[in-house]
Amino acid sequence: MEKSTSEFRIHLNGESVATKTSTLDALLVEKGYADAKVATAVNGTFVPARNRAAKALSDGDHIEVVSARQGG
Amino acid sequence: MNALDKRPAPAPSRFAAYGTELPSRLLLGTAQYPSPQIMAEAVAASQAGIVTVSLRREQARGRTGERFLELIRDLKARILPNTAGCRTAKEAITTAQMARELLDTDWIKLEVIANDDTLQPDLFGLVEAAEILSRDGFKVFPYTTEDLGAADRLIAAGCEILMPWGAPIGSGRGLANPYGLKTMRAYFPGVPLVIDAGVGAPSHAAAAMEMGYDAILLNTAVAKAGDPVRMAAAFAAAIDAGRTAFEAGLMEPRDMAQPSTPVAGTPFFDLPPRSS
Repeated sequence: MEKSTSEFRIHLNGESVATKTSTLDALLVEKGYADAKVATAVNGTFVPARNRAAKALSDGDHIEVVSARQGG
Repeated sequence: MNALDKRPAPAPSRFAAYGTELPSRLLLGTAQYPSPQIMAEAVAASQAGIVTVSLRREQARGRTGERFLELIRDLKARILPNTAGCRTAKEAITTAQMARELLDTDWIKLEVIANDDTLQPDLFGLVEAAEILSRDGFKVFPYTTEDLGAADRLIAAGCEILMPWGAPIGSGRGLANPYGLKTMRAYFPGVPLVIDAGVGAPSHAAAAMEMGYDAILLNTAVAKAGDPVRMAAAFAAAIDAGRTAFEAGLMEPRDMAQPSTPVAGTPFFDLPPRSS
């Protein structure tokens, strides 16, 4: 089960948001990305999908959640 | 021997990248089209075997990426994700890793951008990222310049293809430095070379192909055309014409005129010219 922690703030795709979740996996569920086809990075480092459950979050972390878009 | 004296080695009529043979010498971007439908029709008309995509932030509860991916997968073209907008090797490496997981491909169009005005490559960051990504198993398609030193470093890093710019991204100015691009072609006769960026008209693409370039990557010139679908077809025809001309062998330019019609047997040849 997800361990409950006190609320802290992170930067999610550039926006400062509050969360009580302690792992990246739980954060994605909390923020509505549960089934989305996305890739993730924390503080500029890639976090593979298989590692999200073990990836602990800390106050002030910068989290990127991306998907495919038009590109040249 | 002077590098400029070397002719490019005979190339197969099919373009191959990292051992994968492709149906076309055109690589097409997927951005800036009037609509997704027109983008899909333009890709079909271009016959492009590779389409480029980017990674961007996904909104919470958003499904934009999934819908876009469904559209792209229906195109039946190979996906080449880019690292557009990355300003450091670190950003580009992380983006490439996210793209590999998301799109299930080890191909990456590597861009490390030096400044916002010219969007020219940061060659130092590019080489650094190419070394790390190649070691990590990526097949790197580096967006570079005609700089031969950087090109040598990219090849040493593991790149089996180079993508020099024609002109700044989105400028449509064509081949800004034809001499430099000819030099690069002559210097790397066996390396697949793709003109990436700056191509604005089919004639630019044909000119690059006549030089012996292997393929063209473009986006804006098709997406921002009055009729993107017809322009995609025009580029396909120009690239095919340019490649065929290169393989056929272009004549050497001459400094002076030389009659194309035989001189022998010309009527009045032995009479003095008369003014009236």
